[in-house]
Amino acid sequence: MTARILVAGASLGGLRAAEQLRAAGWTGAVTVVGDEPHMPYNRPPLSKEVLAGKAPFASLAFTPKAAAQDVEWRLGTKVVAARLTERTVTLDDGSTVAYDGLVVATGVRPRRLRCPGPLDGRHMVRTLAQARNLRDELTRPGARVVVVGAGFIGCEVAATAVGLGVAEVTVVDPLPLPMVGPLGPLLARALLRRHEERGVRFALGVGVTGFEGEDRVTGVRLADGAVLPADVVVESVGSVANVEWLEDNGLDLSDGVLTDEQLRVGGRPEVIAVGDVARFPNARYDGVPRRVEHWSIPTDTAKHAAKALVAHLGGSDKELAPFTPLPTFWSDQHGFRLQSFGAPVLGLDDVRVLDGDPEGDVLVGYHVDGRLTGVVALGGHAVATSAARYRAQLLKQPAPTS
Amino acid sequence: MKVVVDMNKCQDHGQCVFAAPDVFSMDDDGHLAYVPDPDDALREEVEEAADVCPLQAIRIED
Ligand SMILES: Cc1cc2nc3c(=O)[nH]c(=O)nc-3n(C[C@H](O)[C@H](O)[C@H](O)COP(=O)(O)OP(=O)(O)OC[C@H]3O[C@@H](n4cnc5c(N)ncnc54)[C@H](O)[C@@H]3O)c2cc1C
Ligand code: SF4
Repeated sequence: MTARILVAGASLGGLRAAEQLRAAGWTGAVTVVGDEPHMPYNRPPLSKEVLAGKAPFASLAFTPKAAAQDVEWRLGTKVVAARLTERTVTLDDGSTVAYDGLVVATGVRPRRLRCPGPLDGRHMVRTLAQARNLRDELTRPGARVVVVGAGFIGCEVAATAVGLGVAEVTVVDPLPLPMVGPLGPLLARALLRRHEERGVRFALGVGVTGFEGEDRVTGVRLADGAVLPADVVVESVGSVANVEWLEDNGLDLSDGVLTDEQLRVGGRPEVIAVGDVARFPNARYDGVPRRVEHWSIPTDTAKHAAKALVAHLGGSDKELAPFTPLPTFWSDQHGFRLQSFGAPVLGLDDVRVLDGDPEGDVLVGYHVDGRLTGVVALGGHAVATSAARYRAQLLKQPAPTS
Repeated sequence: MKVVVDMNKCQDHGQCVFAAPDVFSMDDDGHLAYVPDPDDALREEVEEAADVCPLQAIRIED
């Protein structure tokens, strides 16, 4: 029998893994199993251009590389269990597939709010199908929209909704400012101002306790007793990693799947994890394992992990250098861009304006022990250019150890 | 090697510039400029650029 690498999850991480296995010289079989019915597609536009109707849903499909043409895609199929000691996975059609190498690329799904009330009218934005449903409802005349969660997806959806002409868009969050967790108060305040100037309303520092309505949502009840009338609710309150299928293998699945600095899972050189689901240490920083939900990570992790896996299956156990990506993130809201390089979240205690000023376009630096650990630009191309200069500095720097 | 950027898709992210600075650059207005027929020796760089483009706007033809 030919050797086989099985990839669980058919999105950006699964696609890049398949391509990078070929690039690393793997000539055996590659099977990608994904529970969505589509070939891999690009998610970021789901809350931006595509939700806004500026780009068609069909434009989201990735074009797999020629080298990955002989990959077998089993779409609309879910992996329900894995037995790592026996090197098999079980699929939801009841079949069992044996593998020589396994790639965990099952990503995350939106976290749901557990408070009482009807489900109808409540939306999430992770998949094509969900974005399509949301777009249909946002474009109904007179819709009142409440976005629960002022993280980056919530902020993007609110901006897109206002851009679509929705008259009432309110963002609710128990924290005092939007995106304050990853960005800190200085930029979060600047962001809040930009949103408010463009007509987004905010209910901050207050949580949601329930939803009003019989069969369908008519309002959102807040902890202070107020009720926000709503025809459409968007829940954007974080994510949960898709790891249930890996249970009972003695793995650390406390937040995604824990990997070592080569993205190997459970000390097994034949099992690797890529993308949003992987909780990996980054030796560029403090070496603490973290999941990183940035679009750049599936590609970065796949490049590194595929090399390690193919080398191992080829009989070489020479260690590669540890995986040390420079995290890169962007977000588009109301026609301005947030562009982040490095790890701002590690330097929230020492935030300095490096260029521009918070009233307009601004570049902010985040520091640990006086050393730059991340930058975020907010605005147009001048600060983006300036951010690119600091990116070079962030790349050169050795990791700050603390 | 032939490189095509779909300028309807491109949103001037500049990720391609980091990956393949010999082929892609930003002009003074922050818009993308690129060499459509780069040397074959740059193939790896250009493939990297195509991978990291958030809009997946870069195509390599032959
Ligand atoms: C609306 C939205 C906007 C975004 N915008 C940005 C942005 O502006 N900038 C940025 O940097 N990042 C952004 N991101 C994040 C980026 O899209 C993700 O980091 C990226 O999609 C992660 O890819 P992945 O392949 O690791 O995981 P996913 O894309 O989550 O893919 C995992 C796949 O596995 C499937 N799956 C799960 N469990 C199973 C199973 N048991 N069996 C089979 N298949 C399974 C899932 O259905 C899914 O298709 C955005 C994400 C969303 C949702
Ligand atoms: S990375 Fe893509 S979107 Fe950005 S400038 Fe290059 S081609 Fe354009």
